[in-house]
Amino acid sequence: MIKIQQSATAFALLALTAGGAWAAKADVTIGMQLEPPHLDPTSAAAGAIDQALYSNVFEGLTRFGPDGSVGPGLAESWEISADGTMYTFNLREGVKFHDGTDFEATDVVFSLDRARAEDSANAQKALFSGIKSVEAIDPTTVVVTLNAPQGNFLFNMAWGDAVIVAPESIDDIKSNPVGTGAFKFSEWKRGDSITIERNADYWGAAPALEQATFKYISEPTAAFSAMMAGDIDAFYSYPAPENLVQFEADPRFTVLAGNTEGETILAINNKMEPFGDVRVRKAVSMAIDRQAIIDGAMFGYGTPIGTHFAPHHPDYVDLTGNAPHDPEGAKALLAEAGYPDGFETTLKLPPPSYARRGGEIIAAQLRDVGIEAEISNLEWAQWLEQVFRGYDYGLTIVSHTEPMDIGIYARPTYYFQYDNPEFQALITALSVENDPATRTEMLQEAQRIISEDYVNGFLFQLALTSVVDARLDGIWPDAPTQAVDLTGVSWTE
Amino acid sequence: MTEDGLFRAALKSRNLVVGHLLAAAFAIGALLSLFWTPYDVTELTIATRLQAPSAVHWFGTDHFGRDILSMIMVGAQTSIAVAIVAVGIGMGIGVPLGLAAAARRGRLLDETIMRGNDLVFAFPSLLIAIMITTVFGPSALNAIIAIGIFNIPVFARLTRGAALPLWTRDYILSARVSGKGPVRISVEHILPNVTNLLIVQGTIQFSLGILAEAALSYVGLGVQPPTPSWGRMLADSQTLIAIAPHMAMFPGFAILLTVLGLNLAGDGLRDLLDPRIRNA
Amino acid sequence: MLRYTVKRLGSLLASLVVASLVIFACIEVVPGDPASFMLGINAQPDTVAALREELGLNRAPHERYIAWVGGLMTGDFGTSYTYRSPVSEIVVERLAISLPLAIYALSLTILVAFPVGILAATRRGSLTDISVMATTQLGIAIPNFWFALLMVLIFAVNLRWFSAGGFPGWDEGIPAAIKALTLPAIALALPQASILARVMRSSLLDTLSEDYIRTARAKGLTGRQALRRHALRNALIPVLTIIGLQFSFLLAGAIIIENVFFLPGLGRLVFQAISQRDLIVVESVVMLLVFAVIIVNFLVDLAYAWVDPRLRSRA
Repeated sequence: MIKIQQSATAFALLALTAGGAWAAKADVTIGMQLEPPHLDPTSAAAGAIDQALYSNVFEGLTRFGPDGSVGPGLAESWEISADGTMYTFNLREGVKFHDGTDFEATDVVFSLDRARAEDSANAQKALFSGIKSVEAIDPTTVVVTLNAPQGNFLFNMAWGDAVIVAPESIDDIKSNPVGTGAFKFSEWKRGDSITIERNADYWGAAPALEQATFKYISEPTAAFSAMMAGDIDAFYSYPAPENLVQFEADPRFTVLAGNTEGETILAINNKMEPFGDVRVRKAVSMAIDRQAIIDGAMFGYGTPIGTHFAPHHPDYVDLTGNAPHDPEGAKALLAEAGYPDGFETTLKLPPPSYARRGGEIIAAQLRDVGIEAEISNLEWAQWLEQVFRGYDYGLTIVSHTEPMDIGIYARPTYYFQYDNPEFQALITALSVENDPATRTEMLQEAQRIISEDYVNGFLFQLALTSVVDARLDGIWPDAPTQAVDLTGVSWTE
Repeated sequence: MTEDGLFRAALKSRNLVVGHLLAAAFAIGALLSLFWTPYDVTELTIATRLQAPSAVHWFGTDHFGRDILSMIMVGAQTSIAVAIVAVGIGMGIGVPLGLAAAARRGRLLDETIMRGNDLVFAFPSLLIAIMITTVFGPSALNAIIAIGIFNIPVFARLTRGAALPLWTRDYILSARVSGKGPVRISVEHILPNVTNLLIVQGTIQFSLGILAEAALSYVGLGVQPPTPSWGRMLADSQTLIAIAPHMAMFPGFAILLTVLGLNLAGDGLRDLLDPRIRNA
Repeated sequence: MLRYTVKRLGSLLASLVVASLVIFACIEVVPGDPASFMLGINAQPDTVAALREELGLNRAPHERYIAWVGGLMTGDFGTSYTYRSPVSEIVVERLAISLPLAIYALSLTILVAFPVGILAATRRGSLTDISVMATTQLGIAIPNFWFALLMVLIFAVNLRWFSAGGFPGWDEGIPAAIKALTLPAIALALPQASILARVMRSSLLDTLSEDYIRTARAKGLTGRQALRRHALRNALIPVLTIIGLQFSFLLAGAIIIENVFFLPGLGRLVFQAISQRDLIVVESVVMLLVFAVIIVNFLVDLAYAWVDPRLRSRA
């Protein structure tokens, strides 16, 4: 190893003197805020697992592209039966897992059956609930039969929770993940970093990087110092938007500002009085100054939204005009609803800074119309317990980062407890609709219903801001899913 | 010594005067903020955020456009109140326990008290404080309890450690011979002789109390917004330190100067109250 | 001395039993379900139930307590809920940072505090004394996370002498590891050294004014001889107390400093484990820390008895 390093250095020096250029750097260290709890993307909700491993180490039948489109992954192609219930996947040939075993149709059957099994620990089990059976026809052909046609089945199969794992390596997957991707898992220093290295036997195009390290730095200040000190080459999803101005001004760095699938909302407990009254919910929405929140909490990064839908999606309708910032109008509505002097409620905030900072601003804005919202800061575990499962809250702020999740408004027991049969019928119809034009119409109708019902205060689409070394190329600016896909990343210059 | 003489000696002590002035400045700021602050600390004006110190905002504004001077004044209430009560809990319970343990050294009472103390003290304080606030929710009261509990064994151990050698002294023996009980001896003879160390430790614990409150608030477990606290102000300032250094400097110096003032005052008091040192 | 030691050992064991009960009881009342946390907001109830079963969370409390304590005694700390690997393994990894950091910081503390404290006490009222008192006042008053932050800005971001944080691992060589721990150790040691120097000074001043020192001086011993033969030894009692306090503080109390320097130490492990509801990790690490402190206290008590033989004869 030392010898190799020495000769590499010698070579680099030679290249420097001869060609005047430095030998291309082939490793990268990427800072990230959250460390995965373990390394099995198919049995936890933690997005941090997918961020490090999706497309790098693990692949699914289909995969997300940088723009969120769904393309072929381990399945080279597929045919869909005329009634839309039978998917025949043609798998790639010659694909090997990192432990040297062959990837075959039986691995697909194993993975999908494991995910939808009775005792499955898959955090997105709903993705697989429509599957009736999975059969291996031959080593490279798999047939998936659905209970009913499903408009977004290929989309579902691209999720990190649907990646293909092998039965041989499943027992150790949490500490030693074995996939088919362009990178092999190399080392995990718990509390510090995860390292992956190039897979020489990869079936597709070889990545430019030989090695990549994900370094976990949870404190925004430490992230700032590490970036400035050159300890890391990039910070994915930089947690403190207030620092971006400085990075933008520094020629060493590029700031990537992209989209996430995160609709940030002021969720309202629709079943808790006085929020059962649509006038009160509308008053809350009108008390909110979205731009002040985006400026104050996110330092200008973020797009105002008027409904629960991503603005970069082609089917998005701009409904921000349904609740313009109008404190006087809000007071009048409150008086009409029987609360001329306002009321008291709770505002429970999970840890991310969009919630904590946004919460302080919203509390002040609500105070201006007479609503006293008592802030309490919670950790995620408490938030899940009290807000998400216990319905014990008046207001809360959270960013819903799953793509295309407007369907949550059709679940009456979902934490904001919105129960509208008309909306539920619409979503049911949507799930079996295959005609693109009709789907667009239905999605737009769904956006309008929840916006006009003022179900929640719709705040802004969370921006994805990453800081990268100006010479580093190929980091995805957007986050169509939770992934830091490094297969196309390289050093320029 | 007459009262007049004591007062004159007090004025001569530079520590005492400077310390009290510093501490008093913050105490007055805290008291004043009960009735008046330059600006409303709950009023957010995003348009005027992150302003450097100026004639309008002496200490500048924070990331929400709040006036930092006003926030420091209100924050002083929080810091001082939490620390005073926490040290009070520690001394009020710890010192009697330490005296009792020393008086019954080696016996069951001593063993029980000291093992109990070791036990409390053996728990990692900040972690337990975090757990307490996790279970009961973050608030000023829970911060006080969390900090106060861990002051008890500090005072108990220190008191016992200092009192133990005193019990072997001749004058204690003669006091016992003259029929004084252990409680009376502890109060009349032991306590005055350990006061010295207690004042030193008390000031340290007070400063630690203010620092601990800042640390808890810093990790988000102290008083909740919109009530300002120095620790949270520091936490808020962290990522902005390069573009708005005043946000980190003023609360940092507020903590530093308050603690410094209290420590100087404590030192001065010790010099003043200890006749041996003063006459030397 | 032997009898005293045996007696103290007995109470040490009793403390451990009580501590384990207290810790288990405390952890039991912490709200929040680890399984729900791990599976997130889209999990279906049957998935959560399956995971709870797998983690053994459905067993009765006393069964879990017995399993836990039984495991502790055989060195089996259980399996972390979130990391899904043995707790002992994770703890050892983290201890490889926390223990050296605590020792490093305590060494700095003692190395600075002893000479400074003694110097100040023996030259009471001199310029040296006054500047020592002033510096230590500042050292105590500075919030250490603030000080750490300022050091990072100066030494890592501006001067680039040190990296801003992180830990390269011991396999990168001892100098690299020591270097990574230097700024954190200084940040931890500054207030501790200030406190210790002051305690040393004040305790020494107290003993120096005692009658037996005056007697010793009257008998013709020089100030230095009196200091060495009598005063220092007696002055050490409160100093030892404080050092005992400080070591345990440094071992567990470095959470915030670990966060500023993103060191994967024990404190940060527990901090994360609390918020992730990885209760078995919290229990085991807190128990381990308590165990360490109880042992340190035991040793300090023995040291007392050694410094002051009168205590042991009375015990």
